[in-house]
Amino acid sequence: MTRNANGMDDQHKRQRSRNLALGGVLLALVALFYFITIVRMGGH
Amino acid sequence: MSSASIDMSSVSSGAVLGDGPRVVDFIALLKPRVMSLVVFTGFAGVMLAPGHLHPLLATVAILCIAVAAGASGAINMWYDRDMDAGMNRTRNRPLPAGRMNPADALGFGVVLAVAAVTVMGLAVNYVAAALLVLAICFYVFVYTIWLKRRTPQNIVIGGASGAFPPMIGWAAVSGDVSPASLALFVIIFMWTPPHFWALSLYRCGDYARVGVPMMPVVAGARETRKLVLLYTAVLVPLTLAPFWLGVTGIAYASAALVLGMIFLGLALRLWVTATDAAAKAMFSYSILYLFALFAAMLADASTATWMTS
Repeated sequence: MTRNANGMDDQHKRQRSRNLALGGVLLALVALFYFITIVRMGGH
Repeated sequence: MSSASIDMSSVSSGAVLGDGPRVVDFIALLKPRVMSLVVFTGFAGVMLAPGHLHPLLATVAILCIAVAAGASGAINMWYDRDMDAGMNRTRNRPLPAGRMNPADALGFGVVLAVAAVTVMGLAVNYVAAALLVLAICFYVFVYTIWLKRRTPQNIVIGGASGAFPPMIGWAAVSGDVSPASLALFVIIFMWTPPHFWALSLYRCGDYARVGVPMMPVVAGARETRKLVLLYTAVLVPLTLAPFWLGVTGIAYASAALVLGMIFLGLALRLWVTATDAAAKAMFSYSILYLFALFAAMLADASTATWMTS
């Protein structure tokens, strides 16, 4: 494992970017389901 | 061959080299380049279908088609990881390169496939969701697991999975399967063999090395070129089906004829010259050809809508 300038090793850096990506996907899904519900309840 | 063996052993043991997968490795599992064609043809299905679907739900439908295609790609990469390690084109994929645990790739693919089908069923309709299940199962079970390593007809029959997107997009709007949506299916179904065989003609060595019975490996280059020409000759008149079925007008029919004649010309050139350059030209044009065909359908249909409104 190698350490970068911030003292964070590469494994943690990759783990962090994976967590951020997953968090982003989950947030996008929350927004998507919210809007789907609004459209389905409003139009049909 | 020895490097491939080393890769394969590390891959099948599930050992991950380095610091684990990056986000880009998960994106690579989704085969983004294949996805662009899937998204575009799915979009065309949504736009060409009669009826109305809220723009958000139409976007969700296309998103589900894209995610399901990506999920199928991830499961395919999980199953074919031993083979991918032996081919130049695929050996740097996340699994053969040892950057990802195979179980993670399989889990990723299965979760995405289930999520895409569930959202399609709940947000859009059950016919589109059922077709999505069929497309995923066809790609994973029929093409990847059953046919790919057994028969040179692998991409002929398995190609059906790639032909589903416009049909699913159509069903998302209309809620049914019609002759017109079947015509879109048939166009991609018949386009797939010449497209893949053109590629396999100049990648023949790769497929032979890993034991995939692609047509040039089993039947030889000459027979493959003959089949490319034959399938192209059958495909070109079939591309006029959307016109005969009233989905598009004469503008599309003219564009399809011109584009088809160029495709047929390239297939003839490949048959006569029998060079790698001709196979590469055929393969490159085949991608442009399918994009252009569906773009012409969209342009024609939207012009007709605009003129009648």
